[in-house]
Amino acid sequence: MEQSTAQKIATAVFGWGVSLVMAFPILWMTLAAFKTENQAISSPPVLFFRPTLENFSAVFERANYPHFFMNSVVICGGSTLLALLISLPAAYAMAFYPTKRTKDILVWMLSTKMMPAVGVLVPIYLMFQSVGLMDTRIGLTAMYTLINLPIVVWMLFTFFKDVPREILEAALLDGARPLQQFWMLLLPLTLPGIASTCLLATILSWNEAFWSINLSTSQATPLTAFIASFSSPEGLFWAKLSAASLLAVGPILVFGWMTQRQLVRGLTFGAVK
Amino acid sequence: MSQNQAKTVAVISDEGPLINTKPLMAPSVILLFIWMIVPLAMTLWFSVRRYNLLDPSSTSFAGFDNYTFLLTDPTLLHALQNTIVLVVGVLAATIIFGVACAMALDAPFPGRGIARLLCIAPFFVMPTVSALIWKNLLMHPVNGLFSWMLKSVGLPAIDWFSDYPLISVGIIVAWQWIPFATLILLTSLQSLDREQVEAARMDGARGWTLFTNITLPHLYRSMTIVVMIETIFLLSVFAEILVTTSGGPGEATTTLPFLIYKTALLDYDVGGASAGGVVAIVLANIVAFFLVRTIAHNLER
Repeated sequence: MEQSTAQKIATAVFGWGVSLVMAFPILWMTLAAFKTENQAISSPPVLFFRPTLENFSAVFERANYPHFFMNSVVICGGSTLLALLISLPAAYAMAFYPTKRTKDILVWMLSTKMMPAVGVLVPIYLMFQSVGLMDTRIGLTAMYTLINLPIVVWMLFTFFKDVPREILEAALLDGARPLQQFWMLLLPLTLPGIASTCLLATILSWNEAFWSINLSTSQATPLTAFIASFSSPEGLFWAKLSAASLLAVGPILVFGWMTQRQLVRGLTFGAVK
Repeated sequence: MSQNQAKTVAVISDEGPLINTKPLMAPSVILLFIWMIVPLAMTLWFSVRRYNLLDPSSTSFAGFDNYTFLLTDPTLLHALQNTIVLVVGVLAATIIFGVACAMALDAPFPGRGIARLLCIAPFFVMPTVSALIWKNLLMHPVNGLFSWMLKSVGLPAIDWFSDYPLISVGIIVAWQWIPFATLILLTSLQSLDREQVEAARMDGARGWTLFTNITLPHLYRSMTIVVMIETIFLLSVFAEILVTTSGGPGEATTTLPFLIYKTALLDYDVGGASAGGVVAIVLANIVAFFLVRTIAHNLER
């Protein structure tokens, strides 16, 4: 395929143009995070300024940011780990010892993901209140584990499916026990897949905003709900909002970029690879 | 494939212990089963009860009163209408812009990897952050960047969330979901048969003709998947509305999820909110039915 120089330039301009437009709000937020409050709300916008870190220190000191950040870390890490522990055996069983019902079970698991959160808001809310899970890290961790379980099982299942059967058979013929085979062969082979499954589960729970807003008030509030508290109209703290947002979005953005290829598989339940 | 599987099973039963898979499956199956049944049953139960949290002692059987009230209440119809407008609008936007972005990022150009990362970045931004950044930094009627841009070309500033509330929410949600469509369509584009494209080129197909006759049909399947998966998520858009408009002005951005939230946690009407929840579940299940069928079909290949 021959392309003229003009075509090449057009392709590059189009590609970069689209990307910069999409990323613009994030870039603009990043700039605002380093402005003073006055510069952040000034119109016409200030493009050249001496960057300041005072928003970050303000967010850390006054807004008790580390508390909310740790909530997010604990809840996401905990729920991801739990979901992984519960899913690994199930995915293994379904991928390597399939029965007639395996397909139905998989599809049924997927269908539990289709339940709209808002449809069960009332019972969950009342249950959380009556058993004292409201505004606890344990409550939200359990919630996110359940929400992510179907996706984690599915993703692990598709990764296990991709392992060439000959390798596993050879190991069994060599006298390896199923558990040995699982630890020594399967886990190392599928480690990249397992890692991206974990990343996806972490991303999803990090950004989950429905349950975090409704099931936490202050003690267990993760970042999504904390940022929501900036929506109150009194006082426009744009620079501080941007600084807090940048800190909340930054780590997960890196995770997202690391796992972008496997993301498609996870989010479409293996329908697109 | 199935022969291969049969062989594996045979090998295992001959050489090693045939493991019992039930204990391996049990934790996830039991957990998901409880997670599916218990809240659903409770929602159904509450939806036929007269139950207000402000007066929890006087609950009673209400029959279909909650439903009759809900279905004859113009608020629900309005909320349903808003939900559908939002979902359909965002779907259309994400498909159109998703295809455009995917096409733009499929062709090779210097720095394409970084450009791709930038383009999909919005998907990883938490909904409350994106909503507040758009609402304040960009769409604020006085200090926002958009109003400055409009003013600098001599147009009057737009008060986005007062004058076009649903569209404004839609823009934010679409911005979050375009990367999702882009990512999936981009993956799908990479499996496009290059020889077929070359052949079509030889036959003189160019630009638009090539796109509509070769590329678009190839993308059709992934587009269906994007539409179905996004619908599931878009039907429960909540945080973006809460932090930008809180359902207002009036009821202009009150969608079904937001209405249920309001009924339950602001009006404490458990019965009414549960009836709304049942409506939401029915709606989502209509879409889910088709989605699950597509994916199950895929599993067989």
